[in-house]
Amino acid sequence: MTVLRPAGEFDESYAYDMAIIRRPWQWVALGLFVVAIYLLPAYASQSAISLINRIAISVIAVQGLNLLTGYTGQISLGQAAFMTVGGYVSALLMINLEWSLFVTLPLAALAAGVVGLIFGLPSLRVKGFYLTMSTLAAQFIIPWFTRNAFPDLLNGAQGLNVPVPVLFGVPINSPQRFLYLTITILIITTVVASNAARSRLGRAFVSIRDNDLAAELLGVNLYKYKLQAFFLASVYAGIAGALSAHYLRHINSESFNLGDSIILLGMLIVGGLGTNLGPFLGAALVELLIELATVAGSSLGSIAPSTAAGAVQALRPLFFGAALMLFLIFEPKGLAHRWQLIKAAWRLRPFSH
Amino acid sequence: MNWQLLPQFAVSGLLSGGPIALMALGIVLIFKSSYIFNFAQGQLLLLGTLLTWWLAVERSFPLWMAIVVALAASAMLGLLIERLTLRPMTGQPLLSIILMTLALGQFLQGMALLLFGGTQRNFPQMFSAANPYKIVTPFIYNGRNIQIILKQNLVWSFVVAILGVVLIAAFFRFTRAGLAMRGASEDHELAQSIGLRINRIFGVSWAMAGVVATVGGVLLATSSGLDLNLSLLVLAAFPAVLLGGLESIPGVIVGGLLIGLSQGLVSASKIQFIRNSAEIMPYIVLMIVLLIRPEGLFGLKRIERI
Repeated sequence: MTVLRPAGEFDESYAYDMAIIRRPWQWVALGLFVVAIYLLPAYASQSAISLINRIAISVIAVQGLNLLTGYTGQISLGQAAFMTVGGYVSALLMINLEWSLFVTLPLAALAAGVVGLIFGLPSLRVKGFYLTMSTLAAQFIIPWFTRNAFPDLLNGAQGLNVPVPVLFGVPINSPQRFLYLTITILIITTVVASNAARSRLGRAFVSIRDNDLAAELLGVNLYKYKLQAFFLASVYAGIAGALSAHYLRHINSESFNLGDSIILLGMLIVGGLGTNLGPFLGAALVELLIELATVAGSSLGSIAPSTAAGAVQALRPLFFGAALMLFLIFEPKGLAHRWQLIKAAWRLRPFSH
Repeated sequence: MNWQLLPQFAVSGLLSGGPIALMALGIVLIFKSSYIFNFAQGQLLLLGTLLTWWLAVERSFPLWMAIVVALAASAMLGLLIERLTLRPMTGQPLLSIILMTLALGQFLQGMALLLFGGTQRNFPQMFSAANPYKIVTPFIYNGRNIQIILKQNLVWSFVVAILGVVLIAAFFRFTRAGLAMRGASEDHELAQSIGLRINRIFGVSWAMAGVVATVGGVLLATSSGLDLNLSLLVLAAFPAVLLGGLESIPGVIVGGLLIGLSQGLVSASKIQFIRNSAEIMPYIVLMIVLLIRPEGLFGLKRIERI
């Protein structure tokens, strides 16, 4: 899909060609938007705040998955496992060493990244579906490890109660305060992800996705870039996992399971692979769908009370699976592609093409 | 290592590899004909088994009739799934197809929970639990021969599972339809150009996978009971498929038995940590296979061209 530019606007330098924000009024719009989202926690309702928190944390994890799966084409079923690593590391450092979130969050991200590298190692030899299997192995081995290893430290299957992070002397103990934190981190991860995607790194990723043999012949170091993609994706997962652990104040081996990994991949597909907008649209839609399933399930439960808990549990995978199947058949490029089409149609109005 | 327990755990581990091989077979059947790795095999198995239970217990069919009806129904379900969800995906990239079977799995799991509820159920016993088989081994410990005690259902599900795999292997080897399916697996376009009906072959392989899944599920349910976690047992079969080689039917027997054996062996350990690793043993084996010999023991090594 070619980029449609208004008549009379020419790219006079490479910097201008590459720029995401091209016009002065776009800077104004961006400024207003940032102000608006920072006002959000103060004015939104409680249920909206908790939903936005969940969406924002999912967006971070999906952004990482997008770098790995969307741009580099390496399918991962282990994103939730790396979230587990991030969550445990941040929680352990805060519980045992009483370090601040400023230190524990980057260390959690780093630890998740290193573990991600280990499970990315088979990508040197295998690809496609085989690699999916190796990431699936991560999804089983990591939670098992937290259940069985170092019972004094990790507290087995019970998991850990995660302390409230304190930033600049303010305890982040309400969903409202937490939203300021998630929004700030989300802004940083978005800037990093979109810049990574349009730099040398991102170009190398895309070339590996499109044809790895051709990329190698062009001089792209496959191993280096594949491992970098795994590292970056796991770093994002680590951040998301740590945030989620501090938000829910609890983590155990089942906090991020195979179902969550599948949901994260589903969000990416629904939103649109290899786009910067995709993770936002996908995470929002899928989280809303899960919310809808919860509401529908409990109202179904009020009709037939015996099925109340079961109906909620049943409708979530049912709705998610059905939505994902419909998207795969009818809108395989995701919502971001649809948004591009709408934008193009608006710009070309009244002509159809 | 508890040496006196080793023979017991090794043999029961090996026997529990039978149903694993049968589950792996269902996955290989679909992969061989259509290059789709079916992540929803576990849910197929769950639905087939739940249907058998419902017919046998709630509708009080005789057990054999319940199984026959459930087998027919799961073959239909396989056909339906192929027609509705996988056929529109022909020619789509690998990621979309993998996600389609994952989404299908989620959908079917939700369906099973909605229709049947999440309670633990007793599956009708087919084999007597009272009289386990006893085998006296020549190994001597504390002046006595070590005895291996084998539950009847473990032995018989192993026999049925291996019989099933051998039957399917014979079908592929000796019948015309089997030959057509092997031909289709070589090259879809080539097969179509010599007059094989690719769509029908895909459908038949899904139907067969449905049947195999239900047989495996019934066998597992007789020994481990029936609840919604039954679908998770298939997760031990994925590594077996890769270990044996994705395209190989004899490979699933070897893969399944090796996975079962590895689980049995670590269960005989004296150290709690290693004993607990039985549940992730399939995946540790998987990581080793991927790092050393990704095409598996009997799989085909593919050479790629640009």
